[in-house]
Amino acid sequence: MEEHPKVQIKGIREGLLITLEEESWPDARAALLEHVINQADFLRGGRLILDIGNHVLHAAELGQLRDMLSENGLSLWAVLSGSPVTQQNAQTLGLATRITKPTPERTAPSQETALSGEQAVLVRRTLRSGFSLQHIGHVIVIGDVNPGSEIVAGGDIVVWGRLRGMVHAGAQGEEAAVVCALDLSPTQLRIAGQIAVTPKRRGRSLPEMARLIDGQVVAEPWNPKGK
Amino acid sequence: MAAKVVTVTSGKGGVGKTTATANLASALAAENLKVVCIDADIGLRNLDVVLGLENRIVYDLVDVVEGRCRLRQAMIRDKRLPELYLIPAAQTRDKSAVSPSDMVRLCDELRPDCDWVLIDSPAGIERGFRNAIAPADIVIVITNPEVSAVRDADRIIGLIEAEEKGPARLIINRLKPAMVKREEMLSPDDVLELLAVELIGIVPEDENVTLSINRGLPIVLDGKSRAGLAFRNIAARLRGEQVPFLDLNDQGGLLGRLARLIRPGGA
Repeated sequence: MEEHPKVQIKGIREGLLITLEEESWPDARAALLEHVINQADFLRGGRLILDIGNHVLHAAELGQLRDMLSENGLSLWAVLSGSPVTQQNAQTLGLATRITKPTPERTAPSQETALSGEQAVLVRRTLRSGFSLQHIGHVIVIGDVNPGSEIVAGGDIVVWGRLRGMVHAGAQGEEAAVVCALDLSPTQLRIAGQIAVTPKRRGRSLPEMARLIDGQVVAEPWNPKGK
Repeated sequence: MAAKVVTVTSGKGGVGKTTATANLASALAAENLKVVCIDADIGLRNLDVVLGLENRIVYDLVDVVEGRCRLRQAMIRDKRLPELYLIPAAQTRDKSAVSPSDMVRLCDELRPDCDWVLIDSPAGIERGFRNAIAPADIVIVITNPEVSAVRDADRIIGLIEAEEKGPARLIINRLKPAMVKREEMLSPDDVLELLAVELIGIVPEDENVTLSINRGLPIVLDGKSRAGLAFRNIAARLRGEQVPFLDLNDQGGLLGRLARLIRPGGA
């Protein structure tokens, strides 16, 4: 494959992996477009996987990039990035952020399942349908989780709002993980390897916590005195 | 005369995007504002049919984008409402024929010479949707008060916010107040509780709408229709007027007045 100081293209099983070297985003983008458009006939029809390293991109910038590539007949399928913000923005636009094999150029993210407090992510907005939030540690959402959205966390999940989507706590096998919400009405709730559906709610909703007791998912109203 | 570009979208198909686009455009044109409608649903065009202009199509949006005609040549002028123009979609191509930047360029060319540009978005979340929202200043999302439509509306609002084209404004279309009362249909409050966006209008279900589509005569031109009145009110709100929402439980007419007399405690 052709080598270019700033842009490398490599054919892998999942598609065409394009790696950008670290530098300012406008330069990297210009180099990418120039290089890719020159080779458009050759690249057309392939799935493009773009590895942008640690650049942080807005959803609007990613969208524009995807549109510019598609104007040249190229389809952007996945964006690989070390930045969680870019990953989330890419996911919101429906782009993949992982491919099955780890890329050779970048090191795979740490496999540690630490449940210490430092590994939590806090999101302050409502998750709309189609949004997927994935994190290796704990997840806290201040806002609602709408039906059709999902949270997959290695640790606990706390929703300060209405939980009406799908959640999976302890996704890497941690059976002590819990799910808390002001209104616990998920379409589906999973803790470690157990799956549960919500029974039809009667009356007003109360803050509740769901956890595994003897291998079963149990939801209890929050009662600080009872523990 | 710098125009505002409004895209009407929904996610789900069949909720009333084309009907709403045709009616909002007609209502604005009836107020002597110059309106250009664009049908962005390439391959499945409908806006021409609903406006009653399908027999007059010579050039379409794809002809303009591919340079086979000038923009003015593709604009069909409505005979009933002389301030209303339509740029129809192509029926024999598909959404890949046009790109988001084509749409932005086209709207930039239209902006200096008209008051409003209304774009009828296709259903879905792919290229056709992205084409339609690319040039938008305002995005209107239409939904029906029904669970599957609201799910899709939530998704589309998320995408609109992600593309930084928000905040979206909502039209709840085809509401049946009697069913809402019997708790057989979602109420506007139920819908807003999930979608959490600004409501710009509620349009009641009206059998006359089907007739108006088949005849190519937008329902806003029918003075007796509640749906027509609702669309006229939405057009007024787009123009910045404060219009109170219709009381959809008001039956109107002699039967309504009798019902109100009989109710204990008076009207």
